[in-house]
Amino acid sequence: MAGILEFVKGSLRLITRGGPAYKAWVGALLVGVVIGLFGYAKQFEAGLIATNMRDQVTWAFYIGNFTFLVGVAAAAVLLVIPAYVYQWKPIKEVVILGELLAISAIVMCLLFVLVDMGRPDRLHHIVPLIGAPHWPSSLLAWDALVLNIYLAINLLVVVHILYSGYRGKHYNNRFVIPLVLLSIPMAVGIHTVTAFLYNGMAARPYWNASILAPRFLASAFCSGPAVLLILFQVLRKATGLEIKDEAIWKVAELMAYAMFFNLFLLGAELFKEFYSATEHLLFTRYYWFGIGEHRALVPYAWASLAASLAAFLLFLIPKTRQHWVTLNLGCLLIWAGVYVEKGIGLVLPGMTPDTLGEIYDYTPSLVEWMVAMGVFCVGFLVFTALVRVAVPIMSGQFRHPGATLPADAH
Amino acid sequence: MKRELPVVNERGAAAPCPAPEMDAARRGRSAASRRLFLRSAIGGVAAASLTACRVEELLGRNYRELSKDELGAIIARLEKKHTERYGKQVRIGNEPPQPGVDFGYGLDLSRCIGCRRCVYACVKENNQSRSHPQIHWIKVLEMDKQHGVNLTHANAYYEADEVPRPGHFYMPVQCHQCRHPPCTKVCPVGATWKEPDGIVVIDYDWCIGCRCCMSACPYGARRFNWAEPSLPADEMNPDMHYLGNRPRPKGVVEKCTFCIQRVRNGRYPACVEICPVGARKFGNLLDPTSEIRQVMETKRVFVFKEELGTEPQFYYFYAT
Repeated sequence: MAGILEFVKGSLRLITRGGPAYKAWVGALLVGVVIGLFGYAKQFEAGLIATNMRDQVTWAFYIGNFTFLVGVAAAAVLLVIPAYVYQWKPIKEVVILGELLAISAIVMCLLFVLVDMGRPDRLHHIVPLIGAPHWPSSLLAWDALVLNIYLAINLLVVVHILYSGYRGKHYNNRFVIPLVLLSIPMAVGIHTVTAFLYNGMAARPYWNASILAPRFLASAFCSGPAVLLILFQVLRKATGLEIKDEAIWKVAELMAYAMFFNLFLLGAELFKEFYSATEHLLFTRYYWFGIGEHRALVPYAWASLAASLAAFLLFLIPKTRQHWVTLNLGCLLIWAGVYVEKGIGLVLPGMTPDTLGEIYDYTPSLVEWMVAMGVFCVGFLVFTALVRVAVPIMSGQFRHPGATLPADAH
Repeated sequence: MKRELPVVNERGAAAPCPAPEMDAARRGRSAASRRLFLRSAIGGVAAASLTACRVEELLGRNYRELSKDELGAIIARLEKKHTERYGKQVRIGNEPPQPGVDFGYGLDLSRCIGCRRCVYACVKENNQSRSHPQIHWIKVLEMDKQHGVNLTHANAYYEADEVPRPGHFYMPVQCHQCRHPPCTKVCPVGATWKEPDGIVVIDYDWCIGCRCCMSACPYGARRFNWAEPSLPADEMNPDMHYLGNRPRPKGVVEKCTFCIQRVRNGRYPACVEICPVGARKFGNLLDPTSEIRQVMETKRVFVFKEELGTEPQFYYFYAT
């Protein structure tokens, strides 16, 4: 037990101390969190009227961010599958970072749901045993459950691997492998359940398409790794963590295939909508072309498509995928493309026009921007703290004094 | 977990707190009792620092889990609170659904002139927020005659002082009390459900304000309290039902209940009473002599968005 105490103390020391760049980064994030708290305080006091959501558009920016981040969290599997199942060497060392990202993303997901709730004081109503989750029919009840299980699994694996590394021991395969194997279907599960949350609503034809869950997964396999690829390069420079070029290029190649699939599914959806041109086309038209003077989303729609197409080409061609400038540009483009597609591009056209034909052009309010920024800053802080502890353990610098064996934490 | 609707024996007496019989034994849900046990355990632990009553209030209880006594106590407390706050003697009823009653509503599209009197009678009767946000449970859509019922040509914001406007007809929409309500299905905490007499109700003290039900409703019938509702004391209707028109808190969903506080006491909904052209019909679908059954017998009724399979208990028809 003394080891655990020292581990915690040492971790806190690592998190709270650092060079000027680290301190500036953490300071900036803390400022963001404080701004978010101010925004949330205002919203908590006034009610959700502080947002620009209304009865016509009842879910918007918060839930869009939530959906995008579920994808980021789920995408950790893209790295877990080859690394653990096939014992694939170059990629294995970076898997733990993917899991850390998943943890941070889930924290942000849960916070985005929390800030979207009208009665956050009643959050426990959805907790099994204490509250009354409405199973099996409510997808949101399932979503809350699977997201928390996914968070718990990733936390268990990460803490176990890191603590073993700290003690200078190899992690317990019989503990880690089953959990990692479980986390693969769970990752698919969290994103599928989130897709079904929208998918199951017959009142919203834009969401009520069976292609939605596959599209969710395809786009998640682009956006999650895009965040990771940039982080790998930053960490490699900043901490000296050894991540091989081949690993990064391999991930980029996988992303190209995922993006192709994503674009293909989008094309299939667009063909069906435009060729059959039923009354359901209205929502797709609102997103891509606008309806009358209501064109709030049109620039985002085309920018998102252009970004996704450009990124696909950059990642498909080996030369551009292996060049750092074009690789990072591709990551940014993918991130931007999917962020729009899975965020406002999914939520808002689903609700515009509303079920009685009314068009309400939604744009986020200042409070929504503040709160969303706060949530992202919390997520980055969590990720920073986790990486701050994990990297020295992986490189063998952060070690229990009594540990003698060479570390093999990764 | 599949939830059972409360089985209620007591008839709807107009006593101050006629709480329905709902002892835990009859429900016989092991999960429910385990949850209750866990709650009392948590309550017991927390009682060291807080009073047990306070803990119970903090954890909250689902309407359908409350015993008769507990509900009676809650209602008494609410009545006292609202009586003090609004300076009027408030009565919060809890009349249960009556056996052999299934409510149905008929709306005559050929008669409706779009005057919106129903909208404001509803606001007055059901204690909706008057401003910021202004909440209406009924929305009247103005549509072009040449397009028929077509939502892309619907306008809810027409001027009502010059109705009916030439070339237009009017289609009021409110909660359709569906037989297969998509809204209750999606609720993550079971805070909304369909009562045996057909009315879809909301437990305002259990709703978490996630607005899934609003996404699921194909009729735009649900309203959210985006801010603390504003209800002037002199306009407040003190005759309430626990599942109906009692004042709602900020951050929960509300909607039409066919005026549950009226119809469970043998009265017509406020919108039916106020309609100047008699476009609104209401009654017991199980009673062959009721007005709604007469409409179904003599007119051809249809339901809105029938392709969604919601099977509303709210019918439209053209009488002439």
